[in-house]
Amino acid sequence: MIRFSKYIWLYVLISSLILVPGIYSLIRWGLLPSIDFTGGTVLEVRLEKPVEKDVVVSLAQKNTIDLIEMTQGEKNGYTFRMKQTKEESVDAFQYDLEKEGGKTDVLRKDFVGPVVGKELLGKAVIASLLAMFAILSYVAYAFKNIKFGFSAIIALLHDVLIMFVSFSLLGHFFGVEVDTLFVTAFLTTMSFSVHDTIVIFDRIREYRKRDTKTSLAVISDMALTETMGRSLVNSFTIIFMLLSLVLMGGETVHWFAVALLIGTITGTYSSPFIATPILILWDRWERKK
Amino acid sequence: MTKNPRKLFLFLIILTIVVAIIDLPEHYVLSIPWKGKTIFQKELNPPTLDIQVGSLHIQKSFTTHLGLDLAGGTHVVLEADMTGIPPASRMDALESSKQVIERRVNFFGVSEPVVQSLKSGDTYRVIVELPGIADVEQALTLIGQTAKLEFREFTKEGQESTESGFLFPTLTNTQSVDLSGKDLKKAALSFNSNNGEPEVTIEFTSEGGKKFADITKRLIGKPLAIFLDDTPLTWPTVTVEITDGSAIISGGFTYDQAKRLALQLNAGALPVPVSVVEKRIVGATLGADSIAKSVRAGCIGLGIVALFMILKYGWLGLYADFALVVYGLLTLALYRIIPITLTLPGIAGFILSIGMAVDSNILIFERFKEELRKGKPWQIAMELGFGKAWESIRDANFTTIITSIILFNPGNWDFLPSSGLIRGFAATLFLGVLISLFTGIVVTRTFIRVLYRGPKGGVS
Repeated sequence: MIRFSKYIWLYVLISSLILVPGIYSLIRWGLLPSIDFTGGTVLEVRLEKPVEKDVVVSLAQKNTIDLIEMTQGEKNGYTFRMKQTKEESVDAFQYDLEKEGGKTDVLRKDFVGPVVGKELLGKAVIASLLAMFAILSYVAYAFKNIKFGFSAIIALLHDVLIMFVSFSLLGHFFGVEVDTLFVTAFLTTMSFSVHDTIVIFDRIREYRKRDTKTSLAVISDMALTETMGRSLVNSFTIIFMLLSLVLMGGETVHWFAVALLIGTITGTYSSPFIATPILILWDRWERKK
Repeated sequence: MTKNPRKLFLFLIILTIVVAIIDLPEHYVLSIPWKGKTIFQKELNPPTLDIQVGSLHIQKSFTTHLGLDLAGGTHVVLEADMTGIPPASRMDALESSKQVIERRVNFFGVSEPVVQSLKSGDTYRVIVELPGIADVEQALTLIGQTAKLEFREFTKEGQESTESGFLFPTLTNTQSVDLSGKDLKKAALSFNSNNGEPEVTIEFTSEGGKKFADITKRLIGKPLAIFLDDTPLTWPTVTVEITDGSAIISGGFTYDQAKRLALQLNAGALPVPVSVVEKRIVGATLGADSIAKSVRAGCIGLGIVALFMILKYGWLGLYADFALVVYGLLTLALYRIIPITLTLPGIAGFILSIGMAVDSNILIFERFKEELRKGKPWQIAMELGFGKAWESIRDANFTTIITSIILFNPGNWDFLPSSGLIRGFAATLFLGVLISLFTGIVVTRTFIRVLYRGPKGGVS
């Protein structure tokens, strides 16, 4: 048996290593919203001859345009989505395109609103809170103890926070944006985090039924030692899937896969090292009273 | 649970074959070359159902519905007519039109639409992107109608002429009674209890209900006309004061008309009239190249997972992999049957549930090993493993099911998301968890009971 409960300070330290700079970044710089949330500019043209993607990208850079997406339609028709851009830059970009692709017909030059409005985001938050409350109630009911429910939820909040702060840092230093797919990754992490925690709690519950004398800390250590293998094996299977997506998947899903990967890792980590210690500390505090 | 695992095993094999047939690729040409010649060539397609049972005609084709991000769809531009709106509040009118349109599209059951507002120059537009191209016309009629519901009574002059004979209500011979679609709480499709004709039941807000009670009290014996988009729908004569805050609109609707009206009333009226100015087919937003790469990466990932399971658990791992194959086939078949529009967020839900499917097996196998270490014979250890792992599998999956139901928002509640993005994810997650429970437990267990011959060197 490994005495996991002896190193609670270490887990706090590990989490703070990410959380402290991350929360600073989140407060100071926030997240970098994508065109899904902010809206942007769409330019649609028809050219005489096709142009290479690399060429378009360099032309956009030259005109300080943040090109987000380029889709090719029929008959050399192209749609460019960019972040909110000044009209002059778009005109200059169009002029440069004309040099590459011949006569340019502008089919569309628009300033569009966001795909995901504030209304939807608000509702997603309400739904998440409701889901957390439901999980809390169910876990508290299934384990006949409110402590289990709260510990699972705090671990979940920890994981969600880790995701936000990671993307705040990634956004500030690497320009990674938060888009609608991030919302999905966030929801996935929520589900995964609790799933993993329950497996460990289940073991603790089982031991407690058999043995009511031993302290919760020792019981937890026994449970963690036994479940560690399965936690790692299980997470590895998901991590394998996601890593292959991160390394070999398409560009458009790259950061989505990264978000899921971060979620999976923190979801695995938080079950033994956040949820369980909280349970132990809470129990100790209750006994002292 | 089952007395005869062999029967169940046979059933699972048949089930797998059936779903595999439903999962056949679309327009895939299978050719078998033999000594330089093609001896067999046939285009594969998923089967289509075409059954006639009495008056019931079932026709269904099993194809995968892909979302805008994966396969593209129809791009529709609607232009709002802002002539009656002061310039200062036009952006607001556009925004609320967008919201109404979004709600209608979602109510209509189109999965994963994209709805955006767009202002360029002096034109105010709403862009709607619908995945796939089926039913677009129908969806457009739904989206484009203003759905302004209004209750009107005949004016004095109008009333006088009523007595002289039949009168058709118009905007000029009637006046508003200050009760409109804004006073609605909800509308629903219902059927007349006498003749079974489709009608729309509406329920007023408490304030609207009071207004309606006052109006019906005042108009007993007189007609009350119901207008939709300035056209009279029906003008029944009020017989009693209605105080329960509900009313029925009947007007010789067909089923589809009544359903559409209920949808439109629920989604609210468009503040401004809109018209379709552009409609075209668009390509996948994620890009075909990116999708192909991601699919390949996903397959490699799955392969590694499968290999890992075999390396770690030997034969047992192989059975778990079989169960995983059944899981994949079953899920895809259900996506086709229901149908569920597959998008990237949906695939995330799918991957997560694969993880959970594998997890059930890992939990069981680890328990099995523990029991083996305690010296139990493997058959008993295996059954104990299943039994002991069940509680944690149940609790873990149940919380995921709760989450997915809340995110799916089956009651269409206003304070929860009814957007395609989150719904698509929730639907695939929900299905995935249910199927993974089935394959992770029933399928694996049956395979093991029928095929497994015990661990190497183990006592049996």
